[in-house]
Amino acid sequence: MKVVVCVKQIPDPADPGALDPDTRTLRRDVKLILDESDSYGVEMALQLVDTAGEGSVHLVSMVPDDEVSGLRTALAMGADSATLVSDEALAGSDALGTARVLAAAIERSEPDLVLAATESSDGYTGVVPAQVAELLGLPSVTFAKEISIDGGTATVRRQTEAGADRVECPLPAVVSVTAGVVEPRYPSFRGIMQAKNKPVDNLKVTDLGIAAEQVGWAGAGQEITDIAEAPERAAGEIVEDEGDAHERIVAFLDELKVI
Amino acid sequence: MTLDKIWVFGEAGADGVATITLEMLAKAREVAGTVEVFLGSDGEASAAELGDHGAARVYSTGDLGGRMQGVSVASAAADAISSGGVAAPDAFLLGTTYDGRDVAARLSVKLDAGVLSNVVDLHLDGDRLVGVEPVFGGTVNVTSRFTGGGPDIWLVRPKSFEPAAVGGPSAEVVDLPVPELGAAGGAVVLDRFTEESEGPKLDEAAIVVSGGRGLGSAEAYSMIEQLAKELGAAPGASRAIVDAGWVPYSYQVGQTGKVVKPTVYIACGISGATQHLVGMKGSKNIIAINKDSEAPIFAVADLGIVGDVHKVVPKLTEALEGR
Repeated sequence: MKVVVCVKQIPDPADPGALDPDTRTLRRDVKLILDESDSYGVEMALQLVDTAGEGSVHLVSMVPDDEVSGLRTALAMGADSATLVSDEALAGSDALGTARVLAAAIERSEPDLVLAATESSDGYTGVVPAQVAELLGLPSVTFAKEISIDGGTATVRRQTEAGADRVECPLPAVVSVTAGVVEPRYPSFRGIMQAKNKPVDNLKVTDLGIAAEQVGWAGAGQEITDIAEAPERAAGEIVEDEGDAHERIVAFLDELKVI
Repeated sequence: MTLDKIWVFGEAGADGVATITLEMLAKAREVAGTVEVFLGSDGEASAAELGDHGAARVYSTGDLGGRMQGVSVASAAADAISSGGVAAPDAFLLGTTYDGRDVAARLSVKLDAGVLSNVVDLHLDGDRLVGVEPVFGGTVNVTSRFTGGGPDIWLVRPKSFEPAAVGGPSAEVVDLPVPELGAAGGAVVLDRFTEESEGPKLDEAAIVVSGGRGLGSAEAYSMIEQLAKELGAAPGASRAIVDAGWVPYSYQVGQTGKVVKPTVYIACGISGATQHLVGMKGSKNIIAINKDSEAPIFAVADLGIVGDVHKVVPKLTEALEGR
């Protein structure tokens, strides 16, 4: 069984940088790391291949520079190989442009299953997995909490507003995974050493048969017209707990007439 | 200047039409001459309520059985438009929901149109919509617009607009047939499970009590549930403890979870990462309990308690008992 996992390298959320006032986009001249949201998809893929007793996990990612440190993290967890579409032309890509590039890169691997996070932690558009599925003509199940594979069929427990749906889906298919559903393994020292020698295939967008103007700023079809500071909340009262802070909370709730 | 026509993706809630659908109808009416709904269910069941909220027509696929909303509704809508049977709307509004995102994603590929996600406000700039998206935990608002040919596809965060009934007549129900879906339509729902939860829903509750990493362990979350029960509140969570598997994803408040705007939000052991703040800083009153006086959550709190949640929360629950 061949599983492809879409992963994204993002600025560390603990130090996300700032918007560039000239380009009006997130500055990415900071160190990029593996989006933690993607570690669940990588872990899920490793577990499914393990359960199947055979197969491989291949990563697909894109970046406007040549950053690979986030990919190495996922390879150190146990993924076998990666395709990195690394091209300046990708800067400014919207969700649809991103999906076009990922779909073209995924197609070359002819996977049985494509996994992705439900959304990235930085852009969080939440539409890329289903766009990839539509571009590849595949079924998709988003917001998966559990996945099991039996031959050519996936059974997925999908989060819903009311609870969950049990969905049956023929393979190949695209499934997006919610955070927290599996416990991502920490890369072992051996894994980290091995990751350095795992194959990473570097491609340009034109290698995928995509014209540079279909992606990035040129292909995005949207622009930012304004960036403004949101109104701040007025500072409140801060109380050090001396053993009676709960009384202050009760009084506050009383004032609001909610109790 | 208004738009000619907007299509709003309709969803069912626990009790009639989903609130997010009614919220979007209220905004759509402000900016467009004609507002219509498209949905992946039986339109007759919701035509009266949708009409009351200003929808002129409801394009309905009928009951989808087990087929998925995303691929079914997007294919039906794209087919109706590309066949010339229905004039394309200037814009689509869909909720940032489980199914709304799927429909928007599939529709964008079929119509070769972009999607802008997570908007919390929309207004007209000339003859086109612009949308506002909060970034960096809601400290910065980014306004964007489409530059392509359209139609424009917007994913709207719940709680961005107020629903408003206008007493309109029942919406006219129009058939929106689902075409042959091929391999893309292969996924089928076998069973649906309802999560039984006591008390109010997270995104509708007047009071929300949320727990974070400061609780220290999954077991300690029970004190959040007890306090919530005592207050008639909904229990919530930060992303950190959802990622850690302490509580299900459905509890998550924040950028990648639910947006809540209760009368009172009580954050227990939550540091206030931007990821969390964007989901709750619209609350009318915020109480924060955290042992780190430097925690960012205190910058948005009306009442901040610098203290140990393990001491303050049980005492608070006890003090509220019998009131």
